[in-house]
Amino acid sequence: MSAVLSLSGVTTFYGAVQALRGVDLVVNEGEIVTLIGANGAGKSTLMMTICGTPRARDGKILHLGDDISAMPTHQIMRRGIAQSPEGRRIFSRMTVYENLLMGAHGKSEASLGTELDQVFTLFPRLKERLSQRGGTLSGGEQQMLAIGRALMSKPKLLLLDEPSLGLAPLVVKLIFNAIRELNRTTGLTVLLVEQNAFQALRLAHRGYVLVNGQITMAGTGADLLARPEIRAAYLEGGGH
Amino acid sequence: MLRDAALSALVAFGLFGPMIGLKTEVGVAAIELHTRPIAVLIAVAAVFFGRLGLLAWQSTRPVQKAAPGRMADSLAYIGRYLTPIVLVLTITMPFYAERYWIDLGILVLTYVMLGWGLNIVVGLAGLLDLGYVAFYAVGAYSYALIAQNFGLGFWSCLPLAGILAAFWGVLLGFPVLRLRGDYLAIVTLAFGEIIRVVILNWTTLTGGPNGMSGIPRPTLFGLVFNSGGGKGSFADFFGIEPSISHRVIFLFYVILGLALLTNWVSLRLRRLPLGRAWEALREDEIACRALGIDVTVTKLTAFAIGAAFAGFAGAFFATRQAFISPESFTFIESAIVLAIVVLGGLGSQLGVALAAIVMIGGGEMFRDFQEYRMLIFGGALVLVMVVRPRGFLSGRTPSVSLGAKKKIGANLMTEGHG
Repeated sequence: MSAVLSLSGVTTFYGAVQALRGVDLVVNEGEIVTLIGANGAGKSTLMMTICGTPRARDGKILHLGDDISAMPTHQIMRRGIAQSPEGRRIFSRMTVYENLLMGAHGKSEASLGTELDQVFTLFPRLKERLSQRGGTLSGGEQQMLAIGRALMSKPKLLLLDEPSLGLAPLVVKLIFNAIRELNRTTGLTVLLVEQNAFQALRLAHRGYVLVNGQITMAGTGADLLARPEIRAAYLEGGGH
Repeated sequence: MLRDAALSALVAFGLFGPMIGLKTEVGVAAIELHTRPIAVLIAVAAVFFGRLGLLAWQSTRPVQKAAPGRMADSLAYIGRYLTPIVLVLTITMPFYAERYWIDLGILVLTYVMLGWGLNIVVGLAGLLDLGYVAFYAVGAYSYALIAQNFGLGFWSCLPLAGILAAFWGVLLGFPVLRLRGDYLAIVTLAFGEIIRVVILNWTTLTGGPNGMSGIPRPTLFGLVFNSGGGKGSFADFFGIEPSISHRVIFLFYVILGLALLTNWVSLRLRRLPLGRAWEALREDEIACRALGIDVTVTKLTAFAIGAAFAGFAGAFFATRQAFISPESFTFIESAIVLAIVVLGGLGSQLGVALAAIVMIGGGEMFRDFQEYRMLIFGGALVLVMVVRPRGFLSGRTPSVSLGAKKKIGANLMTEGHG
């Protein structure tokens, strides 16, 4: 298996505050890798650092062998990496269709290929809502739209930042099933950042645990799920 | 209710006491101070009973359920028929209107064009620009300077004026790339003032406060418009009586053409990926970055294209007036254009045109009221914002759709956005 994305010794600062303290992480082709951790552990920062805002102060971020840590954000996102950002951030006054088109790097309607069909097969609900304003969708539909929008650029690597945020368990299941399905049928590589450790570890092939900007544990999803310290910290009480 | 009214009266007393109650008059030896208790009493009483009446009216009125959706629908319906009517009335205007009205029409159309140009920056890209007049000035002075120093005519200078204004648009764009909202507004405001102050003080180049005069008039394929006729003039070529109103009518069609060009370009751009990127940028900059949109290029093109149209309008202004001075490019011009855009409904082309007619045309018509003009103007602005907080015609039509287009009603829009 070849590494699609590999981070080594990545440190990130917000002003004087250090958010990431030398993170090492590898995502191989065709894998679903999850990064779990508590609030403020630096999960979203790691995700954003891969995209180049904020920039890593130290360390290397390799994508398909090239160092992308100094690349402008829009160039990184045009290398076949797509992101569904934290909080979904859909364009609320634009229609679902316009939102999806924005995902295809603003491609014109005519030059679209099968991207739309792929999104509709994955989330049939979006097809019904096509002319509706993004802001009028329910939370779950907005998350589907955010993922669908990211898929419109036909990425090889999908970065998902907390897709389960604020959603009902049933909807979370639906979305996680869609991710699994996508990975199985198209071989899409996924890096999933999650607080919902139980669901995320069950979905993922491998997982990392981030605490205070450092990776403290790594292993296969099943392996991490079985560990008592994970159960204690992330699953019992708070976990679903 | 009584307490509320009494409180209002108290505030009114505090305000009007010194403002109305004290009056200075030039006396024999020095300025004398007179008191006017009766006038204050009348003003305070008016506020007291006015407030009382307002409260009484409000309490009797049943609570209305807002039906803005229906209102937006009917406005969209009106809009569909209003656009061709307004267009036909405008095109045929020189055939039925007097000289005064055509002159006023030229003025209104200039502001319509400026409004549409600013609409690209503010309405579509969501970048609040308070210094738009700077580009108008750059366009006007570019034309005046090029024409006087290099002897080029209006039509060859027009694109140059646009390009130069666009260049300044990009120049302004670079330092403000990271700014949004209030901060952006302040910097653009300062930029507008810088341009004006430079023009005012660079006396050797621009003539400073004396302005520049003798700016050449536009020609129609080399035919000049003048009152004397003669060889090579428009009147001579067509064998008609020379008249100065030919030029006015010609200018009218020039600015109409320029304004329609602005409209056409911005409508086209909205359907292109670039236009969609502008709208997405207005909605969420971080999401745009995450989707691989080059935010820098997107912002700079919005500034540049918006500025280019102001440059065209500026060149037209210079050739129409034949005289320009820094006084024509003060902050109030930016404010008026912005007011037109906001009043019309951000992002609405017809709304902007209507707002320009009301603001500029109305302002001219209220000239008879003299000092009360600004009072009426301010009152009208407040009224519009109370009744239609999102502008005359707000709401946006999706730029693309599969199947039927559904207009997004004004009630679903956030205030201050298109």
